[in-house]
Amino acid sequence: MQDFGDAFALAFGLVLNPTSDLLEIVGLSLRVSLSACLLSCLIGLPLGALLAVTRFRGRGAVLVLLNALMGLPPVVVGLLVYLALSRAGPLGFLGLLYTPTAMILAQAVLITPIVAALSRQVLEGLNDEYADQFRSLCLTRWQSMAALIRDGRTALVTVALAGFGRAVAEVGAVMIVGGNIDHLTRVMTTAIALETSKGELARALALGIVLMVIALAVNAAVQGLRTRTEAEAAHA
Amino acid sequence: MRDHTFAPLDCTTEPMRLNMEDVHLSLGGQPVLDGLTLCLDRPGITVLMGPNGTGKSQALRLMHGLARPDTGQILWNGHPASEMTQTQALVFQKPVLLRRSVLANIDFVLKARGGDRSRAAALLAHVGLAAKAQQPARALSGGEAQRLALARALALDPRVLLLDEPTASLDPGSVLAIERIVLAARDAGVKVVLVTHDTGQARRLADEVVFLHHGRVVEHAEASDFFPRPQTAAARDFINGRIVV
Repeated sequence: MQDFGDAFALAFGLVLNPTSDLLEIVGLSLRVSLSACLLSCLIGLPLGALLAVTRFRGRGAVLVLLNALMGLPPVVVGLLVYLALSRAGPLGFLGLLYTPTAMILAQAVLITPIVAALSRQVLEGLNDEYADQFRSLCLTRWQSMAALIRDGRTALVTVALAGFGRAVAEVGAVMIVGGNIDHLTRVMTTAIALETSKGELARALALGIVLMVIALAVNAAVQGLRTRTEAEAAHA
Repeated sequence: MRDHTFAPLDCTTEPMRLNMEDVHLSLGGQPVLDGLTLCLDRPGITVLMGPNGTGKSQALRLMHGLARPDTGQILWNGHPASEMTQTQALVFQKPVLLRRSVLANIDFVLKARGGDRSRAAALLAHVGLAAKAQQPARALSGGEAQRLALARALALDPRVLLLDEPTASLDPGSVLAIERIVLAARDAGVKVVLVTHDTGQARRLADEVVFLHHGRVVEHAEASDFFPRPQTAAARDFINGRIVV
């Protein structure tokens, strides 16, 4: 089993004939990361749009902070969410620690700044083009934001996919708040860490291959959307 | 002739009257408007003419309340221009179209301003774009895009239509189509203020002409007086196609 070639062969065997355990882990990973992505989009996209259309004192500092939060260390996020959800924490009464919901929250905290900062960048460029027209039409701020989000939707899907890619590959935060409990909170990244520590390299590799396939699929989707966006821009 | 594709004006409303009083505006430290004073109080089409960089487009933005002057005041019927934007529509030289269908561009404006959304198709027919209703707006040609921008402006039921070189760089067929729409708006009672470099277009459309030079109004006259008898050398040279700096 320690032989690298054997490990790869076994890994591909597992990928081609996945066990129910493997499918469960992959399914939970997708469920947690997609939910976190959805949650962060619900918060991050309007926040990005608001920052794109408003000018206020201290806006520069807010943007610097938001951009800095894009590089939040996952373990720090995990620790903060852990402290908030632990029995003595402000949200301890919810009893969410070591549940998939806690993992969704941790990933959402991690990627919301990414979604907000990137969408602000995308929508600000669009707003530069539309701002005079919107003012001429006497649109409210909310009408402007909604129009920007709708017209920037292709680029915003790219932003959401970037957030999903970050979430699904994340290990530190979900390990801390999820606890990597078998059949409950074990996802691909935490399972890879566990199997590697146990010396079960084939199983770790199988999970790694699935994770890489998902990452590749996300990147291909991002690339495809980017090409489409550029084609639309050229058309315009 | 009145065109009822867009809602006719309420005849009881006061005619639109613009007063620009000693308006100064600088951009990037350079003076653009230098004591511009102008009164527009008659209906019909007013053409703003003048050499490049003389402040025509900026004057239009100030009239619309999109910019504020450094000094001076701009009043429509006694109200600051910034409070009167809703009574007007501005069509930019380069039309800004939303990334959606031709019809959706009109529908967006009608919905945002609480207008009758069933008018969208009629407005498109009015500007000759009914057959392109479902096409992406950004796929339209330059002339078609400008006609869509005009239809969107008319969807606002403006009392004043401000046009910033709407036919610049367009082919003669598109120019003619746009001029017909502008004349129909004028005939429906909309006050039109048109910025153009095209002397031929000014002769075809203008009821009165305002000639700007170095950020000031140097002539303001009926079109029938201005073209045969310009009072300044700059206006005379401009009309005759000579370079005016």
